[in-house]
Amino acid sequence: MLTFVIRRMIATVFVVFTITVLVFLIFFHTPGVDPARKLAGRNPSPETIKAIKHQYGLDRPLPVQYVILMEKLFITRDLTSYSNQGQKVVPEIVAATPVTLSLVLGAAVIWVVVSIIMGVAAAVLRGTIFDPMLMVLALIGISMPVFWLGEMANLITQDRYHDTFLFSWVPPLGYTPLTQDPVMWFKHLVIPWLVLSVLYIGLYARVLRADLLETENEDYVRTARAKGLSERRVLLRHTLRTSMISFVSLFGLDFGVLVGGGALLVEVVFGLPGVGLLTYQSLISLDLPVIMATVIYGAIFIVIANAVVDVGYAWLDPRVRPA
Amino acid sequence: MSTVGGLEHPIDPLADAPPEGWVAGRSPWALAGHKLVRNRMAMAALAVFLGIVVVSFMGPFYADHIAHTDPFTSQLTATTVINGKRVDVLQQGGGVLKLGETPIGPTWQRNYFLGADSQGRDVAARVLYGGRTSLTIGIGSAVICSLLAVIVGMVAGFYGGVTDSIISRGLDVVWAFPVYLLAISIATVLLTQGLTIGPFSISASSLWLPTLIIAVIYVPYVARPVRGAVLSVREKEFIEAAIAQGASNRRLIFNEILPNVITVLIVLLPLMIATTILTESALSYLSIGVQPPNASWGTIINDGQQLLYTRPWVAIAPGIMIVLTVLSLNVFGDGVRDALDPRAKLRVKD
Repeated sequence: MLTFVIRRMIATVFVVFTITVLVFLIFFHTPGVDPARKLAGRNPSPETIKAIKHQYGLDRPLPVQYVILMEKLFITRDLTSYSNQGQKVVPEIVAATPVTLSLVLGAAVIWVVVSIIMGVAAAVLRGTIFDPMLMVLALIGISMPVFWLGEMANLITQDRYHDTFLFSWVPPLGYTPLTQDPVMWFKHLVIPWLVLSVLYIGLYARVLRADLLETENEDYVRTARAKGLSERRVLLRHTLRTSMISFVSLFGLDFGVLVGGGALLVEVVFGLPGVGLLTYQSLISLDLPVIMATVIYGAIFIVIANAVVDVGYAWLDPRVRPA
Repeated sequence: MSTVGGLEHPIDPLADAPPEGWVAGRSPWALAGHKLVRNRMAMAALAVFLGIVVVSFMGPFYADHIAHTDPFTSQLTATTVINGKRVDVLQQGGGVLKLGETPIGPTWQRNYFLGADSQGRDVAARVLYGGRTSLTIGIGSAVICSLLAVIVGMVAGFYGGVTDSIISRGLDVVWAFPVYLLAISIATVLLTQGLTIGPFSISASSLWLPTLIIAVIYVPYVARPVRGAVLSVREKEFIEAAIAQGASNRRLIFNEILPNVITVLIVLLPLMIATTILTESALSYLSIGVQPPNASWGTIINDGQQLLYTRPWVAIAPGIMIVLTVLSLNVFGDGVRDALDPRAKLRVKD
């Protein structure tokens, strides 16, 4: 297990390194694009461009430029935005991170818990109306743009049905930190959590159901029954644990997609001041230093999250460890 | 000599009529096609998708001959007739505060069927034009992505060795890079100046830009299964036979391997188009996809955000179109997969 963890860590470092190189090349060496001009924001003065050229060492060799950028991002953390009057980028991202973490972790909890419950229920109730219902939910989940679903949720909870008893508790769009008022934090986030997780619940419940039904036929499940274990114990301790394997590996991939895509869009729709909204605002003003920093930090977070999920996967399923 | 239906019916190539009990052999393609056509769900989904394509490409006809409007220029002073009365398209003093201008809501008539947007433009006509853009980009990028992926996957799988490890490691890195973040990086760099490589140049407002960006970011997702298929086909005996006959690499690739790998692509293509359409709408919603004056379903949803509580149809209509399109492609794609490759566990990530 330890060898696996170490090997996975080395691979992660390698991937993080190549991703930073890739981002560096995209932003600084796309053919026909002058990076100093792009970094300076809209309508820059010639002095700003000259200052940027000097600051980022754009007249020096490629590896030096790369090192300067990494130093600005991770060591001195003094990357500045030019569109936004010298605002320091990295502290801004750090300040926005708790919002994004609240959003994605909450959504992930709902997504995992609800889809396990629904998957197990579907396996137990197989052959009933539950199966086609789950299939419809899964299909709609993968076919609906998350930002549109969020807007429809806003339309219903903020406007059309806001004055009914169902949604009168929904606060106006925005965010309250957990440390300030936990109840308000929860109220602000519960609709975004549901919007974000509903896309995955149907699909995951179906994957789990299929795996549960497959595992049912394994010899060790029969052995467990033969030993006289209760149905519930067989299901929870024997069948479910093995069936979770493909669930967990899929989750690792989709969690990254959620952080890098769905969460960004949901933050924009619900006005949650997280890293996604920050990215969106800098896309509007074409504030490249901010976009560059959020992309790199976001990608690194996702790569590390994937590595953690892989380790969890190896813990669940010893067979993958030597791979 | 080949036999059909058992050894007792050898086929005599010189006989005029097929012998008694002869069963026409069907190619795997015909069998798969037959299976697909009998799948009612898949056929219904295909009909829905083709219907959306036809209706969207009728956009110019609808705008010119039915709604009589230009959906791309501001119509701030336009008027329309409702119940015999002439009314302004942008009505003064709507909303709660009785201030500012509110565009007209759905009239359910020939013009302004779904109402107008904040610039007085016909939403229904814009949704059709937007559909044309979204579908073109979605289908175009899926096709370009498949072509690139076949080249990459074929080279990696066929030549193997060092070539394969370099390509595969490269694909792994792009795979680990979240697609939306990659698309954002490329799009922001190219957004204001466009792309110029040698003699080729693409302007920043061209539809080619989002098409190519989306095509490139999904290459690893298609190249991986292609490479896998090439690797497994390579080991088959008929390849060995072709090599023994002295086949060149070119013949091996194009005549022996490619026809056997193409199934992977056909299975993936509808699901790919579904994914690329969703990606295009998200990028356009974030204002880094399709640029004005062009419109796509994503940009119209973005336009509708400001009008969400007063005129919700501006945002609802393009969303419904996206859901119908993507849903029909997913259902049809499932049918294609069942017909061609029932045991496959392929899944396009979004």
